[in-house]
Amino acid sequence: MPDFHFSLSPDPLDPARAISAVSRPHAGGIALFLGTTRAETHPTLGPLLHLDYHAYPEMAEKETRRLFDAAAGRWPLLAAAIHHRLGPVDVGQPSIVIAVATPHRADAFDACRYLIDQLKATVPIWKREHYQHSARWQAESAPHTAPPIPPHAPPA
Amino acid sequence: MTVRVRLFAHMAQHARDLAGPDADRPDLDLPDALPLADLPALLLRRFPGMPWPASTLLAVNQEYVPPTYRLRPGDEIAIIPPVSGG
Repeated sequence: MPDFHFSLSPDPLDPARAISAVSRPHAGGIALFLGTTRAETHPTLGPLLHLDYHAYPEMAEKETRRLFDAAAGRWPLLAAAIHHRLGPVDVGQPSIVIAVATPHRADAFDACRYLIDQLKATVPIWKREHYQHSARWQAESAPHTAPPIPPHAPPA
Repeated sequence: MTVRVRLFAHMAQHARDLAGPDADRPDLDLPDALPLADLPALLLRRFPGMPWPASTLLAVNQEYVPPTYRLRPGDEIAIIPPVSGG
């Protein structure tokens, strides 16, 4: 069974730590994804200063583990690490690092991409965008429903 | 029966603004085996004007569940607005 490392922390991310967490003698490749805070300027709120990440930590860990198990069923993973930062993250700084080790490089790229794509869709972490003139939760800009509200079916 | 509800992001902020710092994790006294599908309306009564994104999901005990799930004593229910990690 491949190893999985997960962490949520307010400390700055260290990609070298994720790489060493997945380094294995039988790895032919390690794919590394770094998600970073992109500079943006909102027409009325001004330039983005930083993002502020919040999580439902107990579920974020469970859900990320579920994604890892699904990836391990599709690709021959040797090890994977997902480290997500919480709290304020300045423009240009990484908010997530994912490292995946596999015997051959194509699988490392594919599994790494799967993990970041799925994480963005289902893992309960939210960002609040702090612009120069105001702050807002990104979830606020999603389309809203008027009551009564039919609950959604969960993701597959 | 008593269950714990957890709110997040702007929904948590709305609850705290209305009812104080701990209002984003209220304990609710509900009828046994209440279908989860009935919970949003109860929460909207408790927190009038709660913004509710159309694609909000529900989780029980840290796993996504369908609206047909029937609540049990001690369940921890999380209201999950669209996530934005990564």
